[in-house]
Amino acid sequence: MLEFNPQLIVFFLFAILTLGGALGVVTNRNLIHGAIYLIISLFGGAGLFVLLSAPFLAAVQVLVYIGAIAILIIFAVMLTRSMTSMRELYNRQWWASAVAAVLLFGMLVLGVIGPVWVTNEETSQPVSDLVATTQDLGVALVDGNQYVLPFEIASLLLTAAMIGAIVIAREDD
Amino acid sequence: MEAQCINTLETLAPCLVRGGMDPGLAQFLSIAAGVLIVSGLPLLLVIIFIWVERKIAARVQDRLGPNRVGPFGILQNIADAVKLIIKEDITPAGADRLIYTAAPIVAMLSVILIWSVVPFTPIHIGADLDIGVVYVVAIGSVGTLAIMMAGWSSNNKYALLGAFRVVAALVSYEVPMIVALLIPLMLAGTMSMQGIVEAQQGMWFVISAPIAALIFYISNMAETGRAPFDLIEAESELVAGYNIEYSGMKFGLFMASEFLHSFTVNLLFAVIFLGGWSGPFVHQVPVLGVVYLGIKSIIPYIFTIVFRSTVPRVRIDQMMAFNWKFLVPVSIVNVLLVAFVLKVVQELGLSPSPENVHDFAANLPQTAILLVTNLLMGLVTINILRNAGRRERIADQNRALRGAERDSAIVPTAIS
Repeated sequence: MLEFNPQLIVFFLFAILTLGGALGVVTNRNLIHGAIYLIISLFGGAGLFVLLSAPFLAAVQVLVYIGAIAILIIFAVMLTRSMTSMRELYNRQWWASAVAAVLLFGMLVLGVIGPVWVTNEETSQPVSDLVATTQDLGVALVDGNQYVLPFEIASLLLTAAMIGAIVIAREDD
Repeated sequence: MEAQCINTLETLAPCLVRGGMDPGLAQFLSIAAGVLIVSGLPLLLVIIFIWVERKIAARVQDRLGPNRVGPFGILQNIADAVKLIIKEDITPAGADRLIYTAAPIVAMLSVILIWSVVPFTPIHIGADLDIGVVYVVAIGSVGTLAIMMAGWSSNNKYALLGAFRVVAALVSYEVPMIVALLIPLMLAGTMSMQGIVEAQQGMWFVISAPIAALIFYISNMAETGRAPFDLIEAESELVAGYNIEYSGMKFGLFMASEFLHSFTVNLLFAVIFLGGWSGPFVHQVPVLGVVYLGIKSIIPYIFTIVFRSTVPRVRIDQMMAFNWKFLVPVSIVNVLLVAFVLKVVQELGLSPSPENVHDFAANLPQTAILLVTNLLMGLVTINILRNAGRRERIADQNRALRGAERDSAIVPTAIS
């Protein structure tokens, strides 16, 4: 029998927000509604991050995904009024996305839920010994032995993309 | 122990437990009370803020302002609120009902959620997150979303145009704001709001980082859509902006959230740059912290109001140019410069050690060096601006002269 656990209730609340929002994204014909559902889903994900004691990831989720990407999506949809209501829910690529979704789901089940049943030395360790903190993340990004090169390359790529976008958008004069 | 059991929120749970309550329930109740106070307080305060703003704006414009309802007209906004509540709630035809209804709620939410990480006293804070500043920035982006939702769902061209301007304005001005915020974070060495206030016990950051403070203040004014940056609701161009179709209490929520946001960013300014709750005797009597914080945030708030009622509105291209060609470069150079100088100061051993960070004298060398750096940078910036302005004026003059010559050359031939 499960004890009364506020954390559990909050978890289910956020899980429902995440999954319900995701369902709303794929079943809605109105693209703006779809974007709003996407925001709800992402917000639920941020809540789950908080429950996992990762407030930094939660804040970044809200900042980057809701504050930047979702706003960009809404802005793009707003500018193309004819796209706001779709006539069909499916297009010809539905089977490709179905295959991708099933594969991703299988990977997640194997990677996340699998270790719960398979007990070995690695999974029997308490989680607190394995979990990396935000500080570890920050150090890893600027440590010469770890990810400083990929990090700098990604930054350079983003800068190049930004300049490229400006060049493309610029009118010839 | 009994003395602690008076009425501070921190000790509410132990008090209830001593009274024979289940510990889990007691904790739940104390958290619920805290949530109610932190979310309810701003809603009550906003009534006073609107009155203050109307009074000051009236004085600037040589009027009296509200003076009929209650003493000094202080109850005017309660009357206005009642009026808004009993007004008919109209949803325009063709509006997207769900998003139209949700937008004002999201707008209010995005402001009130900021209050949950504001440290009011050394012990009273909604949630002292490690990443308090990132949280504030993240929540701020939700406000943009609310305005876009309102603009799109109203099914009105003016509202949509207003919403487009919001994206241009708010998203752009977030860049210098966040870059300027990096400097207090570097000085404090933490992102927690309580940690930032603690780090200012010896010296306020407004003295060691004045340029960052100024950039933060200006971009906040733009973020809240205050004059001279109130293009979001430029009455002469857009009728009213994104909230044109809203009526009744839905409009009231937008208006309240705007006024509250304007105060909230000044509250953040006080916390991040003016030392928050710090002041004399605050560790003995924590409640004094609220008073200090209130005074510190009201002073920049009054400046915001006076700016709003005296400065004319800028054009959208001027606003964008001011951001991208001035604020962003200045803030980036400022961060690089301060980071370099701060590192040098730390290497030289002039910065206060963790033990004496609360000591005023220990902070002096570092603050003096940073202040001089900032002043030098300010001087250089002003000089560059002055030269650029002079060049532009000379170019304008030359163009006008050439035009006049051409005109005088044309006229005689036309006559002959």
